[in-house]
Amino acid sequence: MTTKKGIEVSIAASIAAQLARVEVVAAYPITPQTHIVEHLSELVANGELEAVYINVESEHSAMSACCGASAAGARTFTSTSAQGLELMHEILFIASGMRLPIVMATVNRALSSPLSIWGDHSDIMAARDTGWIMLFCENGQEVVDSIIMAFKIAENRNVLLPVMVNLDGFSLSHVIEPIEFPSQKDVDSFLPPYKPLYSLHPDKPVTMGAYAMPELYTEAKYAQETALINSKKVIIDVMAEFGERFGRHYKPVETYNTENADFAFICLGSINENISTAIDELKSNGKEAGLIKLRLFRPFPKDELLAVLKDKKRIAIVERAMPGGAANSPLYNEIASLIYANKLHITLENYIVGLGGRDVHPEDFIDVFDMKIAAKKDNNNYNVIGVRE
Amino acid sequence: MRLKGLELYTEHPEAEFAVSGHRACQGCAEILGLRMALKVFGKDTIMAMATGCMEIISTPLPTTTWTIPWIHIAFENAAAVASGIESAIRILQEKKKIERKDIHVIAVAGDGGTSDIGLQALSGALERGHKFTYICLDNEAYMNTGIQRSSSTPYGAMTTTSPPGKKSIGQSTWKKNMPKIAAAHNIPYVATACPSYPFDLFAKIKKARTVNDPSYIHMLSVCPTGWRIPPDLAIEYGKLAVRTGVFPLYEVEDGRYRITYSPEPLRPVADYIKGQGRFRHLKEEDIALIQNRTTAEWEELKYLCGLR
Ligand SMILES: Cc1ncc(C[n+]2csc(CCOP(=O)(O)OP(=O)(O)O)c2C)c(N)n1
Ligand code: SF4
Ligand SMILES: [Mg+2]
Repeated sequence: MTTKKGIEVSIAASIAAQLARVEVVAAYPITPQTHIVEHLSELVANGELEAVYINVESEHSAMSACCGASAAGARTFTSTSAQGLELMHEILFIASGMRLPIVMATVNRALSSPLSIWGDHSDIMAARDTGWIMLFCENGQEVVDSIIMAFKIAENRNVLLPVMVNLDGFSLSHVIEPIEFPSQKDVDSFLPPYKPLYSLHPDKPVTMGAYAMPELYTEAKYAQETALINSKKVIIDVMAEFGERFGRHYKPVETYNTENADFAFICLGSINENISTAIDELKSNGKEAGLIKLRLFRPFPKDELLAVLKDKKRIAIVERAMPGGAANSPLYNEIASLIYANKLHITLENYIVGLGGRDVHPEDFIDVFDMKIAAKKDNNNYNVIGVRE
Repeated sequence: MRLKGLELYTEHPEAEFAVSGHRACQGCAEILGLRMALKVFGKDTIMAMATGCMEIISTPLPTTTWTIPWIHIAFENAAAVASGIESAIRILQEKKKIERKDIHVIAVAGDGGTSDIGLQALSGALERGHKFTYICLDNEAYMNTGIQRSSSTPYGAMTTTSPPGKKSIGQSTWKKNMPKIAAAHNIPYVATACPSYPFDLFAKIKKARTVNDPSYIHMLSVCPTGWRIPPDLAIEYGKLAVRTGVFPLYEVEDGRYRITYSPEPLRPVADYIKGQGRFRHLKEEDIALIQNRTTAEWEELKYLCGLR
């Protein structure tokens, strides 16, 4: 029995963690993640979720406690944003290097300075190479479904890696949407209890987190990287099984109207909805534009992207993060390297939008399509849409 | 919870949970104190360890010194990692996913991992009331990275980042009082210990193991390498630290201070300072200053213990 209700996406995210029967939550509040952890502590306080909620004193300790809990064999969940994600940074690498299947809802927000509590992707882009599997969500339903799938992916014996479920701060986390919740029974049968391969227990002592000399470090990292790359197959299988059971079908790369168009946008997160609106409007004026949405960002879904990119003539990569002195924004750089390696001839454009919660309008994307946003005259290879200089 | 006074601990527990083959220097009292503590904690113990000498000497992949479950995550977070482990064991037992038995979690860190970079995580874990024991192995500097000063380095000591020179005496600050900071969290048991006094150490670990809340043990751990003393004098220097009043052995049980070994009449601090290379540059007047401070702190401790 599924239930459908209008609900704030943050609350829905915590209900998804509840449905996954998480056992330890260690978290520290930060806007715009707060509603997720507040609701989780309420569920624990009311006995509706049989878990320990650790009120840690920082995000660094949140991720550290999650590592301890996961290593001891508990299904572990946390959530953070922006400054919190950066404070965890050191431990993010350790969670993945030690193959701990923690799941985190990352509510994407701008990084200080200047301080901004509003949404963009500067936090996650600064953490993109931490060895975590990373999913991005466009709407509340995807958030709920992704959190449930995330545990199944993370805990798969061939994966054993932490998973981040990214959702945009405010523009997604704080909106009320109609969301369908699967029944506890159905989630239980999709996601059986976590059975760790190794755990910290006196009956079977193990040493975890030993250090590697130069003779072993490369092999250890290579094994980890291989596991991350190979996790894509498991991710695809889990998405397929989820689709069969719950009727909502996901893929690492999803598209909208790409079959009809030579031009496509590529984007991550909730801005996809604005772009879809622009595409519909363009279509009503007889113009064809497509949208390529990355649901999976790590491991980078090269093959799936290539399959939809290869017959395009022009691509606009739209991103909510500054390049930070790099040639282009992070997603652009990865797509450019993919295109170069495969000798494709596609014109790439790079647009930066929605920084620090700046509104994004469908008209902006219509202007992009119509080439009305001219490339800047200076050395920058990208356009920051709507910036006042 | 109220514990009885220290019973004299005369047995030497046979079991070993830190086995030979590790790479600690000769005369290292960190590994000695930890090994002694583990004997009393026993088999049903899970250890979270901070980065530092003990981590590095014990676990180069693919080997290990530990026969109990052990984990290392990073330098500043042993207490937070222990919080997660303790919580996980508790909920997994409640949910009957693992068998219910008395498993004790310990967090182990050096003085740097405790009084400097790990202080916040430690304070959080003590305040939250996890049932675990935190052990600070205090060798009075960052030894693992090559003898840099910490806030636990004693006044006047030479380290590689507090070198004595024309404009410097060496370490220019007085040792941070970590046990007092731990006690300020109103946890039921705080104690100082030193492996030069094994039975005192055993008894304190036994108490720490029994309380149902956080406990904190601050262990002075002589480091011949960093203190620049001959390795065969490590035990002797631990004794001198206690007998001069530089490192008193006491416990704070439910807020009540008690000296567990009285070294009175105190020997002059010069007996402790003079043979150590790290204090070699000190002049008589510097030693006099340290003597005054040591006497005053000893008197203050006696006052806290109701002995004055
Ligand atoms: C965040 C971070 N900063 C610095 C270091 C480098 N580091 C590793 S161990 C250590 C000193 C450890 O000193 P202490 O805690 O006193 O333990 P000891 O080695 O003396 O036993 C330092 C500075 C690190 N590992 N992590
Ligand atoms: S440097 Fe000191 S603390 Fe570290 S292993 Fe050697 S003697 Fe022990
Ligand atoms: Mg030290």
